[in-house]
Amino acid sequence: MGMTSPSRRSLRLVSNGVLLLVGTAFALPLVWLVLASVDERATLSIKLPDAVSLQNFVEVMTPEKAFIPLLNSLILSAGCAIITVVVAVLAAYPLSRYRMRINKPFLYGVLFGTCLPITAMMVPVYSLFVAFNLIDSMGGTILFLAATSLPMAIYMTKSFMDSVPVTLEEAAWMDGASMMSTLTRIVVPLMRPGLAVVFIFVFIGAWGNFFVPFVLLLSPDKLPAAVSIFAFFGQYGSVAYGQLAAFSLLYSVPVIALYVLVSRVLGGSSALAGAVKG
Amino acid sequence: MRSIPLVPAIVLLVIFLLGPVISSFYGSFTDASLTGSAAQGASFVGFANYAELFADPDFPKSVMLTLVFLVASAIVGQNVIGLGLAILMRSSNGFARGVVGTFVVSAWVLPEIVASFAAYAFFNDTGTLNTMLAAVGIDGTNWLYATPMLAVIIANIWRGTAFSMLVYSAALQDVPPEITESAEVDGARGWQRLVFITVPMIRRSISTNLMLTTLQTLSVFTLIFVMTGGGPGTDSSTLPVLAYQEAFQFGKLGFGTAIATILLLVGALFSIVYLRALKPEVD
Repeated sequence: MGMTSPSRRSLRLVSNGVLLLVGTAFALPLVWLVLASVDERATLSIKLPDAVSLQNFVEVMTPEKAFIPLLNSLILSAGCAIITVVVAVLAAYPLSRYRMRINKPFLYGVLFGTCLPITAMMVPVYSLFVAFNLIDSMGGTILFLAATSLPMAIYMTKSFMDSVPVTLEEAAWMDGASMMSTLTRIVVPLMRPGLAVVFIFVFIGAWGNFFVPFVLLLSPDKLPAAVSIFAFFGQYGSVAYGQLAAFSLLYSVPVIALYVLVSRVLGGSSALAGAVKG
Repeated sequence: MRSIPLVPAIVLLVIFLLGPVISSFYGSFTDASLTGSAAQGASFVGFANYAELFADPDFPKSVMLTLVFLVASAIVGQNVIGLGLAILMRSSNGFARGVVGTFVVSAWVLPEIVASFAAYAFFNDTGTLNTMLAAVGIDGTNWLYATPMLAVIIANIWRGTAFSMLVYSAALQDVPPEITESAEVDGARGWQRLVFITVPMIRRSISTNLMLTTLQTLSVFTLIFVMTGGGPGTDSSTLPVLAYQEAFQFGKLGFGTAIATILLLVGALFSIVYLRALKPEVD
C-alpha cells in the first residue's frame, strides 16, 4: 500500500510522542548516574556539572576502594560460571541424548528450581552455612551461587544441545568412543556459541547479585563490588555521591558489555526474553 | 550408568537448594537465634513461631504490603506498561523505538545495587524528582518517608518493565499481520483490534509473563532494602525484607525462618500452578 491514511499518520505521531516521553522518564535516574560521576560536587539530583572532571574516577580507583572488590566479584562470578557450565553440560548430555525414566521428573524438578524465590531462602541458607562452618568462605559462596544458577543453565544447555545433530556422535560410537570422549571431543566443540551464552548469562547474574554475598561473606577483603558499594554508601555516601556514581559505573560496565555481546550473538535482545516465551 | 553425569548436578542441587528448603521447614519449628543460649542448641518449639507470627501485627501488614507490591508493580505496572510499549513500538519510527529500547533495557540490565541507588537518588528529598517538581512550582515531599510503598512500586516498574516489553515484543512478532488487517478492513477500531484480536492471540505469553514477573517480584529484596530499608518502621517491609529484619536485625532466626518458609510455600504454589497450567515442554 503506497498511501498512508491521515489516521495512520497521526497514530504514528502519537506513538512516537508517547515512546519518547516514556523513554525520557526511564532515562532520568540513569542520566543522574552518569552526570554525577563526572561532577566533583555531585548531589542526589540531576544537574549539569560546573566542570566535567574525572576526579571521582581517580579517587575510587585504588586497591581498597575498587580493585579488590572488583577482583572479588570476578572470582565469585567466574568461579560460579565455570562450575555451572561444566556441571550443566554433564547433566544436559544424558538428558538430551538418552530416553531415561529420570528425564521427566528431573527436568520438572529443575524447572521448579528456577521458580524458587532465592531471596526467601537466605535466612535458612545462612543457618545451613553456619552449621557447615562455611560462613565467610568464598568457596562456599561460589558453590551456592552455582547451585542457584544451575536449574536455568541446565535448561538452556539442554536446548542448545538438542539442536546439535546426533549423526556425528553415532559415527564416534561406532568407532568405540566412550560417552565422555564423545561429549568433550564432538558435542562441546559444536556448541561453543551456546555455551558462551550460558556462561555469560550465569556470569551476569552472579556479578550483579547483592543479597547472597551480603549474607554469606563478612571479611572486608572478601566482599565483591556489589556489597562494597553498599558499605561505601553507608560510610561516605552522604558526602561523596560523585564517587559512588563513578564506582557504580565502573562496576556496571562489564555486565552491560556482556549483555550487548550476548544480544548480538542471539540476534537482538528480544531473543533472550523469547527463550522464556513458552 | 547413563545417568552418572547427572550426579554432580544432583549433589549441588540437593545440598544447596533442597538442603535449605528442608532446614527452613525444620528451623521454623525451633527457637534458633543469633545470640544468647538458643544460639548454641536450638530446641523444638512446635508451632510457636507461627503462632507468634500470626499474633504479631507486623506479619499481616507485611502480607498486605507484599500483595500491594505484587499487584501494583508486577501485574499491573510491568505487564500493562510492557505490553503498551511493545504495541506502540510497532507503529513508531526507528528513533523512538531506539530511545525506549535503550533506556528501558538499561534499567533492567544494570546490577541491582546500582539500579537501587539510582532509584534512591531519584526519590530522595533532594533528588531529581523534587528538583523537577520545584521547577514547575510544586513543593515535593520526602517520598521515601511519606510514601515509601509508592516509591518502591514505581522503582520496581522502572527496573522490571524491560522483561515484559521484550517478551511481548517477541510475542507480537508472531501475530500474523493478515488477521489484524482483515479486521481493519471489516471496520474494527484500533482498541477493538487490540482487545478482541491481539490480546487473545498472545494470551499464552501473557499468562507465562504474569507468572514469571510475579515470581520475580515476590523475591525483590535489594531494591526495597536500599531505598527504604523496609521503613519508616515496617511501612514498606514486604515479606523478604521482614524475614531479613527479623532474622538478622532483631536476631530472631526461628521467626525469620518461619517467614521464609511461608514465602517458599507461596513461591512453590505459584510454580506448581504455572507448571500445571502452561505445561512447558521438557522433552
